[in-house]
Parts: sequence; C-alpha cells; structure tokens
Amino acid sequence: MNVPAELKYVDTHEWLRAEGDGTITIGITDHAQEALGDLVFVELPAVGRTLAVGEACAIVESVKAASDVYAPIAGEVVAVNEAVPAAPESLNEKPYEAWLFRVRPADPKALDGLLDAAAYEKLIG
Amino acid sequence: MTHAAMSHSPLAALEDAGDFEQRHVGTAASDQAAMLARIGYPSRAALIDAVVPPSIRSREALDLPGPLGEVGALARLATLAARNRVLKSFIGQGYYGTHTPGVILRNVLESPAWYTAYTPYQPEISQGRLEALINYQTMICDLTGMAIANASMLDEATAAAEAMALALRTTRSASRSFFVADDVFAQTLAVVRTRAEPLGIEVLTGPASAAASAGAFGVLLQYPGGEGDVHDYRALVAELKARDTLVIVAADLLALTLLAPPGEWGADAVVGSAQRFGVPMGYGGPHAGYMATRDEFKRSLPGRLVGVTVDARGAPAYRLALQTREQHIRREKATSNICTAQVLLAVMSGMYAVYHGPEGLVRIARRVHRLTAIAKAGLARLGFASANATFFDTLTIATGDKTGEIVARGLADGVNFRRAGSDRLGVSLDETTTREDVAAIWRIFGGVVPRFTVEELDAELGDAPLPGPARTSAFLTHPVFHRYRSETEMLRYLRRLADRDLALDRAMIPLGSCTMKLNATAEMIPVTWPAFANLHPFVPVDQAEGYRQLVDELGAMLCAVTGYDAVSLQPNAGSQGEYAGLLAIRAYHASRNDRARDVCLIPSSAHGTNPASAQMVGMRVVVVACDAEGNVDLADLEAKAKAHARELAAIMVTYPSTHGVFEAGIKRICEIVHAHGGQVYVDGANLNALVGLAAPGHFGADVSHLNLHKTFCIPHGGGGPGVGPVVVKAHLASFLPGHFALPGAEGTRPPVAAAPYGSASILPISWMYVTMMGGAGLTAATESAILAANYIAKSLAAHYPVLYTGPGGLVAHECILDLRPLKATSGIEAEDVAKRLVDYGFHAPTMSFPVPGTLMVEPTESESKAELDRFIEAMIAIRAEIRAIEEGDLDRHDNPLKNAPHTAAAVADDAWPHPYARSLAAYPAPGQAAAKYWPPVARVDNVYGDRNLFCSCIPVAEAADVATVADA
Repeated sequence: MNVPAELKYVDTHEWLRAEGDGTITIGITDHAQEALGDLVFVELPAVGRTLAVGEACAIVESVKAASDVYAPIAGEVVAVNEAVPAAPESLNEKPYEAWLFRVRPADPKALDGLLDAAAYEKLIG
Repeated sequence: MTHAAMSHSPLAALEDAGDFEQRHVGTAASDQAAMLARIGYPSRAALIDAVVPPSIRSREALDLPGPLGEVGALARLATLAARNRVLKSFIGQGYYGTHTPGVILRNVLESPAWYTAYTPYQPEISQGRLEALINYQTMICDLTGMAIANASMLDEATAAAEAMALALRTTRSASRSFFVADDVFAQTLAVVRTRAEPLGIEVLTGPASAAASAGAFGVLLQYPGGEGDVHDYRALVAELKARDTLVIVAADLLALTLLAPPGEWGADAVVGSAQRFGVPMGYGGPHAGYMATRDEFKRSLPGRLVGVTVDARGAPAYRLALQTREQHIRREKATSNICTAQVLLAVMSGMYAVYHGPEGLVRIARRVHRLTAIAKAGLARLGFASANATFFDTLTIATGDKTGEIVARGLADGVNFRRAGSDRLGVSLDETTTREDVAAIWRIFGGVVPRFTVEELDAELGDAPLPGPARTSAFLTHPVFHRYRSETEMLRYLRRLADRDLALDRAMIPLGSCTMKLNATAEMIPVTWPAFANLHPFVPVDQAEGYRQLVDELGAMLCAVTGYDAVSLQPNAGSQGEYAGLLAIRAYHASRNDRARDVCLIPSSAHGTNPASAQMVGMRVVVVACDAEGNVDLADLEAKAKAHARELAAIMVTYPSTHGVFEAGIKRICEIVHAHGGQVYVDGANLNALVGLAAPGHFGADVSHLNLHKTFCIPHGGGGPGVGPVVVKAHLASFLPGHFALPGAEGTRPPVAAAPYGSASILPISWMYVTMMGGAGLTAATESAILAANYIAKSLAAHYPVLYTGPGGLVAHECILDLRPLKATSGIEAEDVAKRLVDYGFHAPTMSFPVPGTLMVEPTESESKAELDRFIEAMIAIRAEIRAIEEGDLDRHDNPLKNAPHTAAAVADDAWPHPYARSLAAYPAPGQAAAKYWPPVARVDNVYGDRNLFCSCIPVAEAADVATVADA
C-alpha cells in the first residue's frame, strides 16, 4: 500500500498536503480507493464553502458503495479538482495526484497533530 | 397399485382437502427423515424445539379455517368473486378500461417464466426482463419527452410524492411549500399530503394559474386535468422556471401520443400510471407507476434504473444502474425507500407498446378522442353542456338536479359515472369504449333513445381537432416498437426474452431474505378472473362486496398468523408497509402529545429499507451495534434507549434477524424499548420462519409489515408487484392508512397508496395459499423451511463456514456462508461464486447482504430434497475448484470462477484461450448436458455501465458495432 512519507493523514482515510501559499490540498488515500473499488462518480464541494472538521463535504461512489469524504480540517474551500469528477478512475489510478479540494485552513496550525505516514500505515496495517 | 392401497379407507382419506400441503412443501416425509438424520435430530418437532426460543414459542395451533383442496378453494373463492358486480365504468381519474392483448396476457401475466423471476440483481441471468424494462423506460422517455425514466414506481400517487421529494432534494429555492393544482387526481393529492407532512412540507392547492405566485419549491400539474381539460401550460411553466420552481407533470400516456409532451415544454419531472397500456384495473392495482426526469437529476431519481453496459466479451448487456442511489446501499441517505417496484406490470405495458407500435397507439388515442367528441356533441344536443373547453377522453358535464336520476339509470343499465359534486358528472372514455357505449351514455343521460346516431354526429363533426398543443415529435422510433406486429413474431419475442432468464420455473432461487417459494398455479388463476380484474377502484362499495369479503377474510388470517389485532392491506410493497407502520407510530405518539419522540433505533444488520423509511417519516436514525454472534448488542441498545429516553420513538428490528438466527433476546429488546417509551416495529421480511411457531404480536411487538410476495406466495414478478400489509396491536389501529373511497372511519384517514386496497387484484393469491394450507399446513411449511435451511447449513459447514448460528449450532430459515477467507487463499470473492453457480444452473444466493463477502441462502419449504442436494453438490464442487486454485492446479486469474458465467458463444468459440477444459466451463455438474441453462451474456461490466450511463434501447447502429467488436 502506497503511503507517501511527506503527507499527513486522518483516520477517515483522507490525505493532506501543505502548499506554499498556506492552503492545504486534500484527497483520499490509496487504502481508501482500494477499499471502495472502481470509482464511477465523484461530487465535490462548492468553492467558497466553509467546512467544519468532520463535515461530509464530498461523495465518492463505486458501483457498490457510496462514501462521504469528511473535511479533515476546518476552513474555506478555495479550489476543487474538476478533472476528478470527469474521470473518477483517476482516483483509483493515482490517488495522490487526483486531489479533490483545496482548503484555506481556519487554523494555520491545522496539520499539527494529524497522523504522519508511519502512524497512518500502522492504522491501516 | 398395491394390495394394501386397495384395503378399506374412510371416504375422507380419499378426498383431497389437505392435499395441497403435499404440493406446496417440496420434501416428503421420507426425505425429511433423511435430512433430519444428517442434522442429528430424531424428528422435525425436536429440531424446531431446539431452534425456536421457548420464550417466544406459540403453543396453540393457528386459528384458521380449512384446509380446502385446490378445487374446493377455487370454488369458494368463486363465490366471493360472484359478489363483485362488474359494471362498465366511465370513472377515469387514472384508471381506465384496456384490452390486454391475448398474447401478452397468456405469455407474460400468466406465464411463470415472467412472474416467478426475481429482481434482476444478477444481470447475467436476467437479460430478458432487463430488455423488457429497457423497452418500458424507452417508451416512458419517448412519450414524456424526458431524458431518463426508471423501471417503475408503485403507482401514480406515490410517483408524484416521490417527485415532490426529488424536487426538494434538487431545488435551489429555500421554500418548503409545494403547490398542487386543484385538478390533480384526488388520490394523488391525498398521498402527496401524507408524504409531505412528516418532511415539514406545506402543501398548497389552487387553480394552476395561481401556481406562479405561490412561492413554492415545486408544482404538480395534471395533464390532461382531472376534469378533462387539456391546458396549454407553456407560458405558466416558463414563468415557474424563471422563479426557480421545479415543475412536475402527472401525465396520461395515451394522451401524450397526441399532445406535445411535458418534456418539450419544460417539465422537470413527469409521473403517471402505465395502467391503461394493457394492465387490467384490478380494483386499483397492481399497475406500473412511472417517473421520468431530466438528465441533470438522474442521480436523484428514486427506484431501479436499467442501463446498458458490455459483458466480459464486449457484447452489449443490460444491468441495474446507479444502484448507489438506492436504499440497500445508501440507507437513510437513499433517494427513496422504494425497493420492490412493479416490474411484471411495467413489462406488460412496455410490451403493449411493442405490440401496438406508435401508429397503433395513435389510432387508439384518436378513437378515444373521437368518441369523446361525439359523446360531447350528443350530450350538448340533449341539453347537457360540458364544462370542457378542451378535452382528450374526459368530460365534466353539468347535470343539475337530474344528477341523481342519471346515476340511477346508469346503475340500472350497468354503467358507472364519476360524481363531481352534487350537480355534475364526469365521463371518461377509454380503449374499450365502443360506439354502442356512446349511444348508451346518451340514452342514460337523456332518459330516452336519442333521435340521432353516433354515425350522424361523426359525419357532422369530421375529424375532431386535437386538443392543446399537438405532438409533432416522433416517438417509439426504435425498431423494437415496429418489428413484432404479427402475433407469431410477438409470441416468439416474448418466448425469446423469457428463455434468457432463470426464474423459479427452471431452478431453485435460494435468495436469503427473499423467500422464493412456490407460486402455485391455483393461487395465480383467480388474478385474471374478470370479477377481480375489471373493477375500477372507485366503484360504489356495493359493487365490490366480494373484494370486501376477501379483504376481511385475508386480514383476519394475517392477524391470526401474526398475533396482531388490526391490519391494512393498502401498502403495495414492503417499503410502503414500513412507511405506514412508522407513520402509525408517529401518529400514536402525537396523539399522546408526545411529539418529541423522533429517534428510531435500527440495528446495524438491518435491511437498508428500514433507515430509508425512518428518514421519510422524519425520524432520526440511531444505529444499534450487533455483537460477535450477530445479535443485537443488548448493552448498546440499553445505553442508546436510555440516552434517547425522551426522544425514543421506535426500534425497527427484523425477526428472525437478518443474520438468519432466532435471537433469544427479542423479548428483552421489546421490554427495553417499551420501558423507555418507544414502540417496537418488527420487520416481517423473515416471517417465513415464524408462521405457526411464534407471533410478533404475542412476543412484544406493536407493529409489523408483512411481505405477501415472500411469505404468502405472491410471485416476485421480476421485481414486483408486492403487497406489504401493515399489522398492528389495538392501540395503533386507528392510525392505519385509510382512503376517501372507503366507508366509515377508514374514509377519513390519510392513504399511503393511490387505491383503497392497493394491489387488490393479487390478494386472491395469498387468500388461496392460506385457505389451501390451513393452520397445520402453514406450520408444517415453516418447519420444513427451517429444516431445509439447517440441512443446507449442516451439509455445507465443512466446506464454507456458516457465519452465524443460534443455540445448538442451528440456523433459522436461512444461513450465511462466509466466503471472506477465500480471497486471501485463492483470490476468489463472493461474486465469483455467485456467477459460477450460473454455470451449474442456479440463481445465486443473496450476495454480500447483510455481511459483505458472504452468500445468504434461503431454500424455503418448496424445494425438493433432490434440488437441495443438487445445490449442495454444486457448492461443494465449487469449493473443490477453489481448492484447486489454492493448490495451484487452476490459475489464480484465469480460472472457471473468475471467467464465470460461461456463455454458449464462449465455449463454442473456435478460440479457447483458457488453461482449463471447455467441458469444465460449460458442464461442471454431472448430467447437465441434458438440461443446460445457458446465460445469454458473460460477466457484466458494472463499472463501464455506471461510467457510461445509457438507459434506453440500444441504437441499432451501435448494437451492430458492439456486436462486431464481440465477434472480432
């Protein structure tokens, strides 16, 4: 299972990456896409929406499962990756490139205390 | 004949009163003895004592009449039928006379190949009915002018209510008001009101012209209107859209062959009934309701949707699409709780369009319209003005103080009109109306034989101008609606489709929680008796006394079986029964001023319909955990009941559990919930394990729904019709559904379905079953079903772990086989085993419910020991194939399980690229060559289908392209 060392993780199987501009990019992990199976539909939040921690804000669906994606941190959605709904299979193929949405966090230290790669690997192991 | 058989017997022993039990139960006494020996019990009674917890066991025999033999039961039912009086009904309002083409009547409605099929969740063995449903969806899309239609709703009224919910899900408006035009059918308005209230939607009514200023999030219009007028709604709809109001149109399919379809003037959803396309009125049902919508709302569409995909060999194939919208996956977030739909009736209506084609339908529609125009002109000459400026098939006529005498003359002459208030009458014509009928209408209205004739007025009127904006777009252009005009071709088309499917008339369908038992022919025959088939649901009650007696007797039977006090037979599916039961609980709490109770506890193992239904009555779902044995975790239940003590409305629990086990804690579950002020809802899906052995109404439940299409022999019809009666203890009786067409207190209570007794015309099936079995026979059936399930569990336990068992290692009427460990050892998953069973000639058991990666097997009492053994041997042989993979004797990826099912085309192909023998692929079981079921398609590609959604008949050019690819 691919768990890149440079990313942060949460136990609901989203990954997070700090961008240079203070925003944070969010996607679902390799483990998540593997568990869901071939994805056929993705719905993303609207740009400008304010998210609370743990709020269901996106949907990923395979032919036999529908899963909510939960906001791992609070903040405002500043961008979404429109390429993913157009090609849901990209989440299966390249889960760490097919990011879902980008958030400007309410708390600049939002990533502190989240799981690192080793901790996440242990969680799914 | 042996000498012993010739010795003296009492006459009663030579009569056949109890004979049907032997026909219904598939295992003879000698078979059962052998099965018991394998399980290790000396008798069926000893086994049942060990399976059923003593704390809930009923000790008295069921208090039921009978049994009567087939002949005697049919004779008795005929005396009930004779109490119905079939008059000619010009009542309309969504129910019309129709001629079911004989070829469809005999080869669909009366054909076990169609009516004993299950819901097409296994697409490889369901291509026939999936194609028939694609025809239906295409017909609905074409006639309504919409982009996408589902494979049926339960009736027009619930379809309208579901469309209201769709509008609420998709609206951009903040409004919680829904506007219903005042000429929408009364039963539709009533059901919309029922559904709106728990969701906090305010229903406004008024003339359609007031719709734009109502500020509603959605509007429902009837087209043509209930009084008969064909309004031109184009300007209104444009105005509504400008205000972000979603427009739902309830439309008549026959009228749409002549009128511009709502999809062309901006409707967001179109709903209605396909009844008049060849399905008898049946005193209200069953018929297929329909819903069509725009492409952008496809993910909000409720119910089942058939789509096109490809199989593993690249050939086109059909399957159920976008299932993640549905309750079995999305649970309380589903678009609806609908599960069973009206597949058999949708197939009939789609085939009616195939049979007639667009020209035939237009001819019928123009005839109906012409005769209506002639009737109108004649009535005007007689001094009866109709209020209709425009019309299609319905007139509303001012009759003033003559109303009473016209109605009386009509009744004397065998005719029903619709009373529209005290001084007007409605007259709706239909496909069956003749010129003689029109002359009779004049005679009845005028009181004398008129001095003009239909022929004279027809000559004067000429071709009646089409009402409203005329249809200019072509429809039903696909070749399927043109190719089968000769009866020979039609007959063969129906046979060809039926032959593609694996229904109960070919093999056991061991689907857990679905109870695929015998649908005996004697039970089915009365459904098409004219005295049951041809009654309009709104005839005066004195014309339907036979139905009333049938309903009363069947209701009493169901109460006797379940230990409840009162019943409503109105819900036309299990989902509707759940909904009605939860509404009763809600109304009960409200009647005690206990309105804060809105929490519904639901065990994690529950069927998805439970949380979906709870959501629809405005309840909040709180999930209760299950323990390692699969039982409700009593500590968690107690904690949650306590935490929500002031808000606890109900628990919904299935018994025996969805895990196929009699939970000993059920009485304690009832006590805990009652102690905290909640009501106990026992889902009756698994009642086939209880009948005669234990009664929910006696062990602590307050309300249940039953599935007459499971326990009481109504066939599944390929995914409906069903009947989902709701049964309650006395304190909930006054909260059962009612209907304005019923007398007394029932007439004042809100309905959950369009017709007073829902799918009335299939109630004779369950009445026949209970009457022919009697109390002892029903109990024997239950015991035999439990015996069969334990026989399978015991026979397969050494090959596949049985996931959950009760005391003594026993199961109830079904068992869960755990296939999850096989994935690591062989790469094989439940789906591979399910598809491989097709190669062995079986329909798969229930797959991945209630536990992912498992198969749930329910054999029912109707299968013979020979068929049970054939299934057991197939499962053992498949386990040996898996072992060969585990041991490296078969390839891990290219093996008969991963490539299953194998089509004739695949094994007859000149190229055979697989490392195992063709004979293993095609004839894995001994003796199969003599009676092989060939699946018409290979493994269906679900992912391709959902990524490339297409839900209409395959365009001919594309079908040819795909076929070429497949041949290459």
